Amino acid sequence: MDNNEEYQKNLLEFERKIEAEEKIEPRDWMPDAYRHHLIRQMSQHAHSEVIGMQPEGNWVNRAPSLRSKKILIAKIQDEGGHGLYLYYAAETLGVSRDQFVQWLHEGKAKYSSIFNYPSLSWADIGAIGWLVDGAAIVNQVSLCRTSYGPYSRAMVRICKEESFHQRQGYEIMCDMMNGTEDQRKMAQDAMNRWWWPSLMMFGPTDNDSPNSQRAMKWKIKRESNDKLRQKFIDKTMDQAEFIGLTVPDPDLKWNEETQHYDFGQIDWEEFYEVIKGRGPCNRQRLETHIQSHQEGEWVRNSAREYSRMMKEAKKELV
Amino acid sequence: MSNQAETGELWEVFLQSKSGLAFKHAGSVHGSDAEIALQNARDVYTRRNEAVGLWIVPSDQIIAASPSDSESFFDLANDKIYRHPTFYNVPDGVKHM
Amino acid sequence: METKEMIAAYATRLGDTSLILSHRLAKLYASGPTLEESVALTNISLDHLGQATTFYQYAAKLNANGLNEDDIAYRRNEREYDNFQLVEQPNTDFAFVMLRQYLVDAFNYHYYSALCDSNDETLAAIAAKAIKEVKYHYRHSREWLLRLGKGTEEAYNKLDNALVHLWSYTKEMFTPDAIDEALASLGIAVDLKSVQEQWERDVFEFFSELKLQIPEKIFQAKGCKEGNHTELLGHILCEMQYLPRAYPDAKW
Repeated sequence: MDNNEEYQKNLLEFERKIEAEEKIEPRDWMPDAYRHHLIRQMSQHAHSEVIGMQPEGNWVNRAPSLRSKKILIAKIQDEGGHGLYLYYAAETLGVSRDQFVQWLHEGKAKYSSIFNYPSLSWADIGAIGWLVDGAAIVNQVSLCRTSYGPYSRAMVRICKEESFHQRQGYEIMCDMMNGTEDQRKMAQDAMNRWWWPSLMMFGPTDNDSPNSQRAMKWKIKRESNDKLRQKFIDKTMDQAEFIGLTVPDPDLKWNEETQHYDFGQIDWEEFYEVIKGRGPCNRQRLETHIQSHQEGEWVRNSAREYSRMMKEAKKELV
Repeated sequence: MSNQAETGELWEVFLQSKSGLAFKHAGSVHGSDAEIALQNARDVYTRRNEAVGLWIVPSDQIIAASPSDSESFFDLANDKIYRHPTFYNVPDGVKHM
Repeated sequence: METKEMIAAYATRLGDTSLILSHRLAKLYASGPTLEESVALTNISLDHLGQATTFYQYAAKLNANGLNEDDIAYRRNEREYDNFQLVEQPNTDFAFVMLRQYLVDAFNYHYYSALCDSNDETLAAIAAKAIKEVKYHYRHSREWLLRLGKGTEEAYNKLDNALVHLWSYTKEMFTPDAIDEALASLGIAVDLKSVQEQWERDVFEFFSELKLQIPEKIFQAKGCKEGNHTELLGHILCEMQYLPRAYPDAKW
């Protein structure tokens, strides 16, 4: 068999598996473009979990009760853990974690645009849990069925653990809406600032998302950006109304015909600005990550040196 | 991964969720040596009481059959249905077998 | 002071040390030398926060003055806090963080082991749960100190520097006050003398293995049980208590 014939045979088998809903495993043959798409998407997903710790971490030491403090610490910690699950899963594609982190620091790898907005009040912690995690969960539930085995397994684990995150956020919003006038104002203000960026989390509209189609064909992505966005809006609207929050979109209306909510125009210019690194907190988020990575270097060096010495000592004994 | 990796070598993590059950692969973890990797695995994979048992194995020590071997490794067992209990006829009325 | 009041004060200050240490560790949610270690540090933070909560709940029950565990944490001033000054010390670098943790873990290990036998059932039960957590903390911090002390010269120097700073806050942990003595005589509180002996045996032996010199002729802080603190605690409380203080009528 010549190379081309071999390639076609592999490709056919790969496509058969995708068609049959079988998972692709790390040692299976896969097209380069499939591998590269996964490397990009999974590392972006991992970075989002990790950078996403920062806006919440901004309030970790100002949580107003022992209970809320405990929950917030646990939630931020989960995000670190989920970042790790995703890095490990992405490493099965043959790229090391060091490389992923380096790409992040060099600005070559992206993370979700949402984490470039500042968290300004305690109600933001509620809004992040309810809206941001709510949007993330819609996307992640869909990704449990992704075609790459390690990614799918990581997503199943993550979805199981994240089920409490959105409730935690909504609970904060409920408590604040049932609280004092100041608290209600804080909650509405957070809603106003986080609503639109949350909708942007699903990415550009399907017409403007060229990579999406191929990812759908390979079943890396299972549902389109617009479909997921609509799903999120439909379920979140009732929750907002139930506690008396106003969604900051005058065009938002129930549409009997489509059985979905119609909504207003998303500010895509803002979205692309943030994606290109010109959002309110892009610089701070990245600098913070780089700084703590650099500060840890001497510790990692020492741990490696210790490991090396122990191995040598063991060899001498043998 | 090589020893040069910044965050340490790569280890595979196996959890036993209840005593008596088999250990199951949960994912992997980085650690500069076995003790650190074991602690990392505990902190990353058992935050919700998922385990009573925990193994870690250096990833480069796992020997895997390659996918191209899969026909010769696994397909042959397909026709050995006599290894499965449902292959056998048991008279009606005989229980607990 | 009645015995009940003394037990409440005793539980409160155990809670104080746990709470302030938890607070310091929580801020490291993404600043560990590896992401794995950040997750580990927040686990330890959560354990201490859980301990603080149960100690405060018990104190609130004994005080029976209508104040709950959150009031105890969020509505007291600097001089009403009785935590070890050691746990207020900053997260200067990973050597500070791990050495601070090790010194407290070694203390807690022996202290809570003894408190498991307290004649006060609630304190004994809290200690029995805490000791499981503390055993892991102790193993964790000890293993890290090995890797800092026996790894590179740079790490050894940073550890040595942290020791010079933190050693000033170790002695007061073992200084009993009237409450310690009264409750110890009833078999409720832990005998600090024996904790000190065990702690010194562990720590001195370990430091000699790491070739760390214990600082001599340095300042030793005192008075944590009378609400004495470094300047750092005021800032910790400012941050921690900001919301309940700024919105006294709000429920969170």
